[in-house]
Amino acid sequence: MTRPPLRHRIITASLLTVAALYFLVPVYWLAVSATKSSADLFGTFGLWFSDHPHPLAYLGAVLAHDHGIYARWFANSLFYAGTGAVGATGLSAAAGYALAKFPFRGREAVFHVVLAGVLVPGTALALPLYFLFSAMGLANTYAAVLIPSMVSPFGVYLCRIYAAAAVPDALLEAARIDGAGEARIFAGLGLRLMTPALVTVFLFQFVHIWTNYFLPLVMLSDSDLYPVPLGLTTWTGYADRQPVLYQYTVGGALLSVVPLMVLMTVLQRYWRTGLTEGSVKA
Amino acid sequence: MSRDTPHRPAPALAPVAGKRPGPAPRGRPRRAPGPRARHARAAAGFLLPFLALFALCFLAPLGYALHQSLFTTERTGPLGLGGREHEVFAGLANYAHALSDDRFLAGFGRVLLFGAVQIPLMIALATGLALLLDSASARGVAFFRTAFFLPYGVPGVIASILWGFLYVPGISPLVQIAGSLGWDVDFLSRGTVLWSIANIVTWQFTGYNMLVLIAQLKAVPQELYEAARLDGASARQIARHVKLPLIRPALVLTCVFSIIGTLQLFAEPMVLRPLASAIDSGFTPNLHAYSAAFVGNNPHAAAAEAVLLALVACVLSFGFLRLVGGRGTERR
Repeated sequence: MTRPPLRHRIITASLLTVAALYFLVPVYWLAVSATKSSADLFGTFGLWFSDHPHPLAYLGAVLAHDHGIYARWFANSLFYAGTGAVGATGLSAAAGYALAKFPFRGREAVFHVVLAGVLVPGTALALPLYFLFSAMGLANTYAAVLIPSMVSPFGVYLCRIYAAAAVPDALLEAARIDGAGEARIFAGLGLRLMTPALVTVFLFQFVHIWTNYFLPLVMLSDSDLYPVPLGLTTWTGYADRQPVLYQYTVGGALLSVVPLMVLMTVLQRYWRTGLTEGSVKA
Repeated sequence: MSRDTPHRPAPALAPVAGKRPGPAPRGRPRRAPGPRARHARAAAGFLLPFLALFALCFLAPLGYALHQSLFTTERTGPLGLGGREHEVFAGLANYAHALSDDRFLAGFGRVLLFGAVQIPLMIALATGLALLLDSASARGVAFFRTAFFLPYGVPGVIASILWGFLYVPGISPLVQIAGSLGWDVDFLSRGTVLWSIANIVTWQFTGYNMLVLIAQLKAVPQELYEAARLDGASARQIARHVKLPLIRPALVLTCVFSIIGTLQLFAEPMVLRPLASAIDSGFTPNLHAYSAAFVGNNPHAAAAEAVLLALVACVLSFGFLRLVGGRGTERR
């Protein structure tokens, strides 16, 4: 393969660098600002350190504020996103496998109803869901956020097309002739062959739950149940009266951004595997 | 070298809703019960857990919202206070009320304008970056791809808090730099705040859309590009006439998801509200419905607005799919 001309490479590199600056500078600002006191936050130039950077002291103060409520929010976020994503992956895998591998009457009708679910805006559902859960006595509990997080129509869609292509019928037939039950065939064969799609569904759902704001905002009133984003908005709400909260907000935002960035960098190749399948629907 | 990870074109080309050949070849010895019944029973077992929760979290709230939206609360006490509350059938009054509420309609107009400007810009940027990263001239592809994709993991609230600091005079280095150049900018004024929100959304989702497009580019057999190159096509011609048509399905998908996302706009204006007086409680339809439910304490109005929101989202996304659907099928 011939090397592209130098001029092309220089133009490409400059454009990519400008774009990278756009995406990374806000995060850089966050990291720099997390080393500043509230006074320095307002008094010094934002893109460089103050004269007295104290990264660890301020992050420690974030964690200690209000009896360690931030750590609790973080644990809640992990719990909602982790448990919700595992649940959604399992349910989607079973449903997608059934839709791909078992011909039954009304199968396409079921599939289309689920697909329509992809197009319904989640926030339009959240308000009525809150009224429904209130009537059931579920509002303001962990379950109120967790249960809706376990339903992923898009996950079912991905699992179905992946299972249709990656799980051979002949293999299932052979296992049946050997006398294996359907549940064992699914757990032993199906899940193993569907692993790449399952990782993708898990990641999608994890990020979706982790970044979701409207559902917990609507469902929860007890701040002990809050995930990080909801918790941080209560801090910004009081920052006018208590300026130190500006600085806690910055530190808290940084602490919540870093782990997910690590996760996304490490697991990046799995995103691409599943996204290809996702894009054929259109 | 994650760039060379082999991809699976097979699933990408699998028929989505096609009929599958019969489950068991004929003439094979069967055990009772027959495979059909056995299949139906197994399928039900695998499907039921999902379908039960789907019904609870998708179908039930939609039904409940439809029902709620047709009623209204009346209070019987003096001045409507203190007495018993009871629900009375109101027909379409809640819808009529929502549709004659100028602030609610203005919110819709605002998000439609937002989408008409922001979605094309973001998708164009994502496409440009995907094509650049896919071109032979690019170096450091893994680094750039990661850098562009990172903001997708930042929750909308955190992104808004972060950009809020970058917009507010006094903290923002951007305002400071512009000021020292003699340029007086206000990111949060009545005229600019919508576009400041557009910037936050673009920052968050361009990388994600780019990744979807790259995935589709990689799923195309590389020989196709090689053939075009041997025919004497330049890199730019290949991008325009070979790659762009091939990633069309992915472009449609990213547009549909962006339309749905735009209509739900909530977290960004909600977080910026204390900073920008131009953002009121009806800035977006979603904000309006939320205020109706929790500030106005009127679940019936909120339900009607939620139904309208879902309806508009469906009409717009299906309308878009129909609009582009005519030409997108040549690959089948």
